[in-house]
Amino acid sequence: MPEYTKLIHRYLRHDKKFPHIWCPGCGNGILLGAMIRAIDRLGYDKDEVAVISGIGCSSRLPVYVDFNTMHTTHGRALTFATGVKLANPSLNVIVIMGDGDAIAIGGNHFIHAARRNLNITAVIMNNSIYGMTGGQYSPTTPYGAYASTAPYRNIEHAFSISELAVCSGAVFVGRGTVYHVRLLDRLIEQACAKRGFSVVEVLTHCHVQYGRRNELGGPVEMMKMHKENAVKVEDAAKMSPKELEGKFTIGVLADREKPIYNQEYQAIRDRAAREAEGKE
Amino acid sequence: MAEKRRKKASPRLLMGNEAVVEAALAVGCTFFAGYPITPSTEIAELLARRLPQAGGTFIQMEDEIASLGAVIGASIAGAKAMTATSGPGFSLMQENIGYAIVAEVPCVIVNVMRGGPSSGLPTMPEQGDVMQARWGTHGDHLMIVLAASTVRDSFDVTVRAFNLAEKFRTPVIVLSDETVAHTREKVVLPEKDEVVVVERPRPQVPPEWYIPYEDTPSGVPAMARWGQGYRNHVTGLIHDIRGFPTQRPDEIAHFKSRLTRKIIQHIGEITWVEEYFLDSAEVAVVAYGSVFRSALSAVREARKAGVKAGLLKLVTLFPFPDEEIKRLAKKSSLIVVPELNQGQIAREVERAARGLCSVERLGRIDGRLIGPKEIIELLTEVSHA
Ligand SMILES: Cc1ncc(C[n+]2csc(CCOP(=O)(O)OP(=O)(O)O)c2C)c(N)n1
Ligand code: SF4
Repeated sequence: MPEYTKLIHRYLRHDKKFPHIWCPGCGNGILLGAMIRAIDRLGYDKDEVAVISGIGCSSRLPVYVDFNTMHTTHGRALTFATGVKLANPSLNVIVIMGDGDAIAIGGNHFIHAARRNLNITAVIMNNSIYGMTGGQYSPTTPYGAYASTAPYRNIEHAFSISELAVCSGAVFVGRGTVYHVRLLDRLIEQACAKRGFSVVEVLTHCHVQYGRRNELGGPVEMMKMHKENAVKVEDAAKMSPKELEGKFTIGVLADREKPIYNQEYQAIRDRAAREAEGKE
Repeated sequence: MAEKRRKKASPRLLMGNEAVVEAALAVGCTFFAGYPITPSTEIAELLARRLPQAGGTFIQMEDEIASLGAVIGASIAGAKAMTATSGPGFSLMQENIGYAIVAEVPCVIVNVMRGGPSSGLPTMPEQGDVMQARWGTHGDHLMIVLAASTVRDSFDVTVRAFNLAEKFRTPVIVLSDETVAHTREKVVLPEKDEVVVVERPRPQVPPEWYIPYEDTPSGVPAMARWGQGYRNHVTGLIHDIRGFPTQRPDEIAHFKSRLTRKIIQHIGEITWVEEYFLDSAEVAVVAYGSVFRSALSAVREARKAGVKAGLLKLVTLFPFPDEEIKRLAKKSSLIVVPELNQGQIAREVERAARGLCSVERLGRIDGRLIGPKEIIELLTEVSHA
């Protein structure tokens, strides 16, 4: 067995009834590997890691990994994670969500989690579609694309998840793809290591529900599109808007400092205790 | 400290919402997440001040869905957790209440009822959410719902709610109402060391032997605290004993019947009713929440007028005290059910009475309380007829 397979095996749940539910060729497995490699490099003890998800294909990820795991309600993973992190700040909390999960039904929680700045890492698998429910359009489905609920074409305009994260105050925002695996490993590692609310947007493919309907080919063709259209943030800075048309940037989009909620709240506790004592 | 304890607790002037807070702190609640809404807001405001003093955590979330999500997350991570809300917020919480049932997460949800539906009557009492508390979340399930009638009750019921939630690993709903929440009364609360505190069952085996949703004689599986080596999976999908999603009919049936059994098996412990003058009663009133007070004075007055009246106060609304009502129906000619809705508990009483006596509904829906007079009239009218 090659070394990297052994590594992945060390973090999988062997008493879970594999095979997993993902379609052959789905990008979710690539993220699963990237997340495990990042956690391994960070040297976290399994007991110190909590992986929490919402509902969707991507949100099925936690059940396969041997950490403290929770599969919550659609769109609400960040709210559960907020409670977990506040009640046990020593846990490293990673939240896995789909684009619909994080940005449609969970959009409000997403912006407020970013604003609040708990030390949590949010990983969003952006496949431009609702995979699990059969290909309905999501807030990241491109304008003009087809979906099962947009049989005549999508007339809504897509959100940029990363830009939303930046504007909402996330202290670290990275965008990667399932094609650029090394970058993805690094982004997840950086995001977890960052103190504060960090976001990694992962562009991935759902060839079954999105690719087929839009004649984009299978996983290989769709990954090729990611390869061809991705521009490193550093390179994009030197390119003209015209050159950047139809492209998207990958890399670190924001990295800044802001007080961390847990620390701030500890200061509140200290003050509250002092003031209560003073009264007696 | 020792000196303080020897001093007899002195009476305090408190409102129901304040008593809920005192109870939560006394029973060891360390986490509150909520969103402001009248008439529950004082609970959040007070806990924002008090919880950090005690080393706990208060957080104001972006809405009530988020509030209950955070409460459930905190409970999984090991905290005793609660939220408080009113009608519109309670509606938003319903999906996550179901999650807490299926994932068996202890938590307390206080719903200070106001007039509804919709924004309704924010500052007026109603008991319109009784059936929503019972059936609000989707799916076939049991639910523990307790009602507070007075300020002192608000304390005792909140303590009991936490203890039942922890013991049976289930969400427990406390129904208060605008009147109970905002009425100030002189009360003597028990000292902290007089309060019975129940903790959730913890695994007694090492992680490698731990089966997260194992059936036990009590029907309640041990709940691991995250971060201590057990690394279990938590999901809202129906799961097998290891906590992993299943679609096997035998595993589904086993799981669902255990959820029911763990409550039904302990029904005696969960059921809390109080009897007033029932020994010698021929006609009875069944009341709960703010209506209880009026019912008690009505029964006293009626007795003075020669009517043999008694009162059954319901604290546990669900699981509905079927047996207690049946017994009452057997020995009464009439049961009157006054409530601030159009008969939500009256229908349950009718069902449980099984035609053994007549049941009169007394519903008031104009945003005002039911006074003793209305109840007395009904009692005397019917017993003279
Ligand atoms: C409250 C609620 N509404 C709707 C659903 C149905 N549902 C399940 S997954 C899903 C969308 C999943 O799409 P996305 O979040 O993009 O994840 P993906 O499956 O593509 O990974 C929906 C709408 C649900 N489970 N809960
Ligand atoms: S439907 Fe799409 S997102 Fe879901 S597993 Fe299949 S390929 Fe992946």
